[in-house]
Amino acid sequence: MDTEALERQFQARIDADERIEPKDWMPDAYRRALIRQMAQHAHSEIVGMLPEGNWITRAPTLKRKAILMAKVQDEGGHGAYLYSATETLGVTRGQLIDELLDGRARYSSIFNYPTPTWADVGAIGWLVDGAAIMNQIPLCRCSYGPYARAMVRICREESFHQRQGYDIMLQLARGSDAQRRMAQQALDRWWWPALMMFGPPDADSKHSAQSMRWKVKRFSNDELRERFIEFTTPQAEYLGLVIPQGEIDWSEFRDVLDGHGPCNRERLAARRRAHDQGRWVREAALAHAAKREARLREAV
Amino acid sequence: MSAVLPDRHFLYVLRLADSNLVLAQRLGELIGHAPALEEDLGIANVALDLLGQARLLLAHAGVLEGRGRDEDMLAFLRAEHEFLNATLTEQPNGDFGDTIARQFLYDSWQIELYGQLAQSADPTLAAIAAKALKETRYHLRYSAGWLVRLGDGTGESHARAHAALERLWPHTVELCDPDDIDAAMFAAGIGADLATVRRGWDRRIDETLAEATLERPATPPWRWYGKRGEHGEYLGRLLAEMQVLQRSHPGASW
Repeated sequence: MDTEALERQFQARIDADERIEPKDWMPDAYRRALIRQMAQHAHSEIVGMLPEGNWITRAPTLKRKAILMAKVQDEGGHGAYLYSATETLGVTRGQLIDELLDGRARYSSIFNYPTPTWADVGAIGWLVDGAAIMNQIPLCRCSYGPYARAMVRICREESFHQRQGYDIMLQLARGSDAQRRMAQQALDRWWWPALMMFGPPDADSKHSAQSMRWKVKRFSNDELRERFIEFTTPQAEYLGLVIPQGEIDWSEFRDVLDGHGPCNRERLAARRRAHDQGRWVREAALAHAAKREARLREAV
Repeated sequence: MSAVLPDRHFLYVLRLADSNLVLAQRLGELIGHAPALEEDLGIANVALDLLGQARLLLAHAGVLEGRGRDEDMLAFLRAEHEFLNATLTEQPNGDFGDTIARQFLYDSWQIELYGQLAQSADPTLAAIAAKALKETRYHLRYSAGWLVRLGDGTGESHARAHAALERLWPHTVELCDPDDIDAAMFAAGIGADLATVRRGWDRRIDETLAEATLERPATPPWRWYGKRGEHGEYLGRLLAEMQVLQRSHPGASW
């Protein structure tokens, strides 16, 4: 069959809402687009461990510390799971991590913002996980099987995280003046970056149309953004917090994306440091495994 | 059980709680910065277990003390010299060799200790130890597995693991050296017999070190015991960081 016929057949399967599986034929562009999106998603989970990990040692109660540790661990688990799902498309986790560390691959820009107070941990759970869920629930029906299945599991945990984040905010909102101020300031800091998580306005979104045709994406950036605002507004009212008014500053979005956010350098540096300092450990594990195997062979 | 001074019983449980809490705090620093993603997940598992055990032990200690202090008051509102953790647990993460050696030395001790405490005459302590023991078995598999890989890995990893053991070894002295609290608690059927713990600990250490092709360091004279509140310079900073919010917002709820 020629490529054109294969592509027609492929699109027909997508239009019939069939799932594409790793061994099925798929257009190169579809494979490349999925690798890009899924790897970006996996990297976001890994880099996303850092801003919240910043508060593990300072969580204000032991219960909050345990919840936060478990949450950051879940993110690592999501990363591992998504890297595996991406590997079904013919790349290795090692390649993907190299691309993250040398700056070729992207991760969600939101994680380039700092967490100066405990309230930022709450705001991340409430707003950032909230926005992520909004983005990710449609992905549970995405046309690529391994990605869709990964997202079902991840969304379940994310909604748990979102409630935990909101609970932190609720406690602060009912607390002292200083705690309420802390909560409001965190909302002020995270509101705009959270709205930017849905991507550029539809008119400027370069990947959107094709992703929609492939049913990797099912709703436009602006639709999801509006839905998020509708959801979040009454939640903020219940907290007695005020949602910032105004317009999204898209020049900030582009600057942070281009590497000029408040913590871009620190985030990548932290990942690189962990990777570099872990090299001798990974080498030791490989060397030991080789020795064991050699000993087993001798014994046979 | 009623014959023992309640004070000693409280302090005995507090020592166990503090060691777990401080080690969990150290491991918590590493989450997101480990040598590989699997190690981020593994270290977080161990940290979560230790923290969970510490919370149960602190709550129990608070009840034994009878002054209304809960887990958070004990964790966040005590000063450095009131912490009774083994100094082994407050040692910095260092490189992965230090982290693993510290964990291995601790897990090997905890598994022996908690094996006995699961039979304690204090039923709450016995229940906590029995639950913890299942987790500790997994921790020891993890830390011993890594120590073997590092010891019997490359020249560099062997040297690093060796250096880590040398560095940490003095801090193992207090683990199996009974003082009057340990003796009184053992006599009352509440605490463990540290002589038996030592034999089990020695055997585990020797077995794993042999497999890891690492030498057991010589034991130096060492008289500074964290369980008596005698700490080095690391603990103060660890606590300052851990306690910052509770200290700077007195009375707030979180």
